Amino acid sequence: MRLFAELVQQLGSSTKTNDKLAALLRYFETAPEADTIWVIALFTGRRPKRTVSSTYLREWCIEQTGLPAWLFEESYHTVGDLAETIALLLPPPTNESSHSLQAYLEALQALSDQEVEAKKTFVLQAWDELNREERFVFNKLITGGFRIGVSQQLLVQALAKLVQLEQSQVAYLISGQWDPRQTSLQQLLDSSFAATDFSKPYPFYLCYPIEGVLAELGNPADWQAEWKWDGIRGQLIKRNGELFVWSRGEELITEKFPEYQGLLEALPDGLVLDGEILPFMEGKPMPFALLQTRIGRKNITKKQLEAAPIHFFAYDLLEWEGTDWRDQPLEQRRSKLEALVAQVQHPKLLLSPMVIFNTWEELAELRSRSREFVAEGIMLKKKDSVYQVGRKRGDWWKWKTDPMTIDAVLIYAQKGHGRRSNLYTDYTFAVRKEDKLLAFTKAYSGLTDKELLEVDAFVKRNALEKFGPVRTVPAELVFEIAFEGIAASSRHKSGVALRFPRILRWRKDKTVQDINTLEDLQQLLQQFGNDKAD
Amino acid sequence: MLTFTPSGIYCPPGGFYIDPWKPVEKAVITHAHSDHARWGSNHYLCHPDTAPLLHLRLGPVDVQSLDWGEQLDINGVRVSLHPAGHIIGSSQVRVEHKGEVWVVSGDYKVVPDGISGPFEPVSCHHFITESTFGLPIYQWEDQEIIYQQIRQWVLDNQAAGYSSVLLAYSLGKAQRVISCLAPLQQPIYAHGAIANVQETLIQAGWNLTPVARVPVEPNRNQLKGSIVVAPPSADGSSWLKKFGPVKVAVCSGWMQVRGNARRRNVDAGFVLSDHADWNGLKTAVKATGASAVYVTHGFQAAFSRYLTEQGIEAQEIQTDYGTEEQE
Repeated sequence: MRLFAELVQQLGSSTKTNDKLAALLRYFETAPEADTIWVIALFTGRRPKRTVSSTYLREWCIEQTGLPAWLFEESYHTVGDLAETIALLLPPPTNESSHSLQAYLEALQALSDQEVEAKKTFVLQAWDELNREERFVFNKLITGGFRIGVSQQLLVQALAKLVQLEQSQVAYLISGQWDPRQTSLQQLLDSSFAATDFSKPYPFYLCYPIEGVLAELGNPADWQAEWKWDGIRGQLIKRNGELFVWSRGEELITEKFPEYQGLLEALPDGLVLDGEILPFMEGKPMPFALLQTRIGRKNITKKQLEAAPIHFFAYDLLEWEGTDWRDQPLEQRRSKLEALVAQVQHPKLLLSPMVIFNTWEELAELRSRSREFVAEGIMLKKKDSVYQVGRKRGDWWKWKTDPMTIDAVLIYAQKGHGRRSNLYTDYTFAVRKEDKLLAFTKAYSGLTDKELLEVDAFVKRNALEKFGPVRTVPAELVFEIAFEGIAASSRHKSGVALRFPRILRWRKDKTVQDINTLEDLQQLLQQFGNDKAD
Repeated sequence: MLTFTPSGIYCPPGGFYIDPWKPVEKAVITHAHSDHARWGSNHYLCHPDTAPLLHLRLGPVDVQSLDWGEQLDINGVRVSLHPAGHIIGSSQVRVEHKGEVWVVSGDYKVVPDGISGPFEPVSCHHFITESTFGLPIYQWEDQEIIYQQIRQWVLDNQAAGYSSVLLAYSLGKAQRVISCLAPLQQPIYAHGAIANVQETLIQAGWNLTPVARVPVEPNRNQLKGSIVVAPPSADGSSWLKKFGPVKVAVCSGWMQVRGNARRRNVDAGFVLSDHADWNGLKTAVKATGASAVYVTHGFQAAFSRYLTEQGIEAQEIQTDYGTEEQE
């Protein structure tokens, strides 16, 4: 555990990519192989099932420290991370005798069908034999989410260096469904072993936001344009008589969309499609808010199936008759895809249409009308481009439409997480409704570090009450809030739900008298919010 | 006997303020940090070790000094100073009038750092305490452990060809960092702000390690792998470029929480504080035996509630003290 704790510490504190890469490599070279496979799993989001709830962790820590529960919560809100809060609060260990990462992970898994008392005994014993850094990672193994500043790309880079393989190959090998308990490092990095996993997706090729002017892209005829849909990017796979659906976040979500099961019959075997998972009705896509009602549900009701009928908007064809087509030029992949969709003729499988344009001016004009098509902008792909791995500049670009904006006033603030620990950085904003203020959205991003410090100082100086995570502040600071979409919502007091709200700028030139009103939001809703979200 | 006014903590019978944040006639000063020793008052009273620092920071002001334990009568109020252990010269202010005793602790830490004088618990009826680190997540390691980590970090950097830049507040933390690095027996380059303080203190008779001034036009590679102590504001400045490739560390109690350290975007964070940690605050409050406690700058809501639940009557007080940069 010590080596792993050191690795996490180094990755969290180093500011340069090369240092992180070196730390990963050093770890892979020195750590036991059984630990390495777990690190790959953890850093690619393959967290084992949670066997101890965080409520218990809180309770046991409060018991061990003898602190009042409210003080534990105050500490937690200041640190912004439960695992770290507990590591900081616990008394020093009485015996330092830590075991391997694998041993802790397997012991945690073995707890799944145990009584609470057995879980407690194990956790308390672990706390008592681990130092502060180790306790932090141990708690993280339980609470999950190793967001510690190492990207999947960096991990791939380190592994590629370690085993002397191409990065794209490594990215492919470590994707998909594999269980760190049943896979050795050697198996994981062996392509013939990979071939036995029929569900294995290809790493997604992602678009960069466009930079500079369009004319620099050269001849418009060399480019293919498509709408950028606001759904879930996904891969639809049929191999060995089975259907698999993967999200971009590398989650296997086949069960969530029973609509697709009809495609099992219709599609040929040895096929991988890249596309967008999207609700679609009466000839047009529906807003993301509707899709959201389908995510995270275990059981889907008939009503939900009818309210948000999910389709697959195919962008690309990656595998055909069991052969990897990613090295073929886009133009050829596209024409094969078009032929396939026409031949399959299944109501759930749609071809994401091309946006036809002759000049860059024409395309700019079309982009400005994206919202009419329920799209969030345009994607531009070079016709001769191969299907690469990850976010790469050059061949594929996204060109989002300008966001909608509303001036609003800050009314509540909460302390942030991660590098925003102990700073009031999570805000709730209000618009005017007659002579009152009405909360309508939260926003967490968009301010510079300097501005955050300024708002934080304002909150700390002016907070109207003292306990609990949320501070009410006098309605004085005005911000311009940008968002990508708007939908009606009965779950929000304001009656609207925004898509990807963030702070565009701090309007120090404006006072609370100048902010927008609920009517302004409702007008936007009428203009652009085509369907009711729930 | 003491009241909290818009200008600061005031003693009506004595007619003086303690660490006022607005200009006043008579100001008793706990220590020379800028949020406690502010410009513009007519007369200052402080510990003799604080006097030269006050002159350095405020210019030629009228300063009277009073040794620790020595008593002074101001309009019938008995005033004395007692070591607070925060920085050189830092003092608690004890005031006594008609048998009632108040202590204003300013900023303090209870564990001796070898430079700032050992904190002295002073019995009183009313105690005014800071709460910069008034949450139980703040519990410091022994200074010697942190010192070893800092020296090891510097040696590792040198082995890899890097200069080491330690960011530390120029008055207080910088002196500790310099004394931590002295055993390495290498020149310690200091930013002007820190060199000024160090020289002032040495001239005042302190036995501190002298720092090296940075050559105006150093030869190529002359400063490679060197040791540099600089105030936090120097981070990212062109001044640092003279030292070739650098690794930067912040020395502050705030480094206790990973997120704070990551926010600073530096290569390392060392948890070295001039303030009492959670246990230090609790110990200090208990040792005074005070029946009423006033909690100022920091986590005052949490610490005062905790004390009240422990049976010590406490309330929080809003002041203008304390900014994160200074620790």
